[in-house]
Amino acid sequence: MSAPSMSHTTEGALSKRPNIAMRFLRHPFWGNLAREPLGLTGFILIGLLVLVALFAPLLAPYSPNRQVLSDALSAPSAAHWAGTDEFGRDILSRLIWGSRLTLRTVLSVSAIVGPIGLIIGVVAGYFGGWTDTILMRITDIVLSFPSLVLALAFAAAIGPGLNTAIIAISLTSWPPIARLARAETLVVRNSDYVSAARVYGAGHLRLIALYVTPMCIPSVVVRLTLNMAVITLTAASLGFLGLGAQPPAPEWGAMISAGRQYMIDYWWVAVMPGIAILLTSLSFNIAGDALRDILDPRHDRS
Amino acid sequence: MSTKNHAIEVRGLDVVYGEGEHRNHVVRALDFDVRRGETLGIVGESGCGKSTVLRCLTGLERGWSGEIRVEGSPVSHRRTQEELRRLQLVFQDPFASLHPRHRIRRAITEPLRCMGLAVRPGQVEDALEQVGLPGSFAERFPHELSGGQRQRVAIARALVLNPPILLLDEPTSALDVSVQAEVLNLLSDKKDAEALTYVMVSHDLSVIAHMCDRILVMKDGRFVDEFAPEAIAARRATDPYAQHLIDASFV
Repeated sequence: MSAPSMSHTTEGALSKRPNIAMRFLRHPFWGNLAREPLGLTGFILIGLLVLVALFAPLLAPYSPNRQVLSDALSAPSAAHWAGTDEFGRDILSRLIWGSRLTLRTVLSVSAIVGPIGLIIGVVAGYFGGWTDTILMRITDIVLSFPSLVLALAFAAAIGPGLNTAIIAISLTSWPPIARLARAETLVVRNSDYVSAARVYGAGHLRLIALYVTPMCIPSVVVRLTLNMAVITLTAASLGFLGLGAQPPAPEWGAMISAGRQYMIDYWWVAVMPGIAILLTSLSFNIAGDALRDILDPRHDRS
Repeated sequence: MSTKNHAIEVRGLDVVYGEGEHRNHVVRALDFDVRRGETLGIVGESGCGKSTVLRCLTGLERGWSGEIRVEGSPVSHRRTQEELRRLQLVFQDPFASLHPRHRIRRAITEPLRCMGLAVRPGQVEDALEQVGLPGSFAERFPHELSGGQRQRVAIARALVLNPPILLLDEPTSALDVSVQAEVLNLLSDKKDAEALTYVMVSHDLSVIAHMCDRILVMKDGRFVDEFAPEAIAARRATDPYAQHLIDASFV
C-alpha cells in the first residue's frame, strides 16, 4: 500500500532502548531535583538518617543501654556529645540506635498504608455507585478515629510495643491516601485511553492494574512522603505516652518523656531527642514538597 | 436487500440520559444501515448525539434501547470479545486516546493481549509501517510524537485486531489542517487495501464530503436528511437544516 509521505527527522535518535540503569540516571527527575536546593537538602538528610540507622553499631560511640551511674545527667562534652541521661547512658548513642526504631515505624506504616489506600481508593473510584459509597463511608468513619486513642485501646488489648504502634498508626492513616487515589481515578476512569481499552476488550482487573493505578502512583508517593513526617510525630507521641517501643529501647518519644522530669536542670536529656524528631519530620516534609513540585506538574510554583 | 450485505443495522436506537426534569433524550429512534465496504458519514453540530451513536455501536454506552446488528448478528449491551473484534473505534483526540505511560509498542500490542492473541515478532514494526511511521517509533512514549503521528498510532492500534468495521469519531478535528489531509489519505488507503467499512462522525462537511459514500445529517438526535457527497459540492439539500449546514461550511 502507498503510505502518505512524511518526514521523520528525529528518526533514530531514540530508536535503541538504553539499559535500565542508564535510563534511571538520565531520568529528568534528577535534573529537576538538583534545581531544588531545599528539596535536595531534605533528601540528603533522609539519606543520612538511613545511613545512620544502617550503620548504628559502627557509628554509636557507646552501647545504647550501657549504664554508668557515676556519669548520670552529665552535660554535653567531648566524651558524650549529647550528654547522658538519668542512668548515665550516652544520649547520642541512644539517638543513633533510636533512628532504627523511627525508620522502622515510618517504613512499615508506609508499606502498609500505601497499597491499602491505593487499592481502596482506586476500586471505589473505578467502580463507582454502591462500591464507591460503601468504601468511602468506611473511609470517612476511619478518618474520624483519633489514632492516639485507637493506639491506647490497642495497647490495652494486645499490650504496648512498637508493633502495636505500627498497627495503630496504619489503621488510621490510610484514609487520606484512599481519598487521593479515588480522586485521581475519577479523572483517569473517563479518559479516552481507558475507553479505548474497553473497546479492545480489556477487563476490569487489567484496566485497574495496568491503566488506572499507574496514573495514581505519583501523587500517592508524594502524599506518603509528606505523611512520613506525620508518622514520625505520631510515633514519637505514642512513645511519649509509653505506648510505643518499651524501655530500655531508645525510642525518641520515650526519651523525651523520660527527660521531662529533669528538663529544668538538665535540658539536654529532653532537647536532644526533640531535635532528632524535629529534623527527621522536617526533612520528610521538605522532601515531600519537592517531590510534589517535581512529580505533579499541576502544582506549579508561583 | 438481504441483511447479509449490511455491516451494521440499527433499528429504533434510543438513548435517554437522566430522569424527570433532567431527562435528556439524546438519540431518538434512529434507523440506519451501513453496507459492507461503504463509508457512512454522520454530520451534525456539537451535542446532536452523533458521538453517542458511535458509543452505542462500540458498547461504551450501555443505556440504549432498540436493536443493533453487527454483521448480521444482534449485539447486546455487554459485548463479547468476539463482538468487540468486529468493530474498533478511533478517537477524536490523539493526545487523550493513548496511555501516557505506555510505549507505542505496548499501545499497539495491548489489544492483542486483551484478546488473548499472540504477538508475532516484528508485528509492531509492521503495524507502524502500515500507517506510515518508522518501526523505530515502537520504543517511544506518546509525548514524544506529534498529533498526527499519535493519530496514526491510534489507527494502527485499532487495525491491529483486523476489524472489518472501523468507527471514526472526528478523527481529524484535533489536528492541523495539513496533517488532516495526511490522516484522511491514510484512512482511504487502509479502506481500499483491507476492504473496511467506515462509519465516520464529524461536524466538518468538507472532511465528510471527501471521505464518505453517503451522508446522514443529524439534528437533535434524529436524522433529518441523507444525501450523496455530490450534493455538498452542488450545495443542494432537501432539508432546510442540511442546506443551512452546507451553506455555513462554504462561506
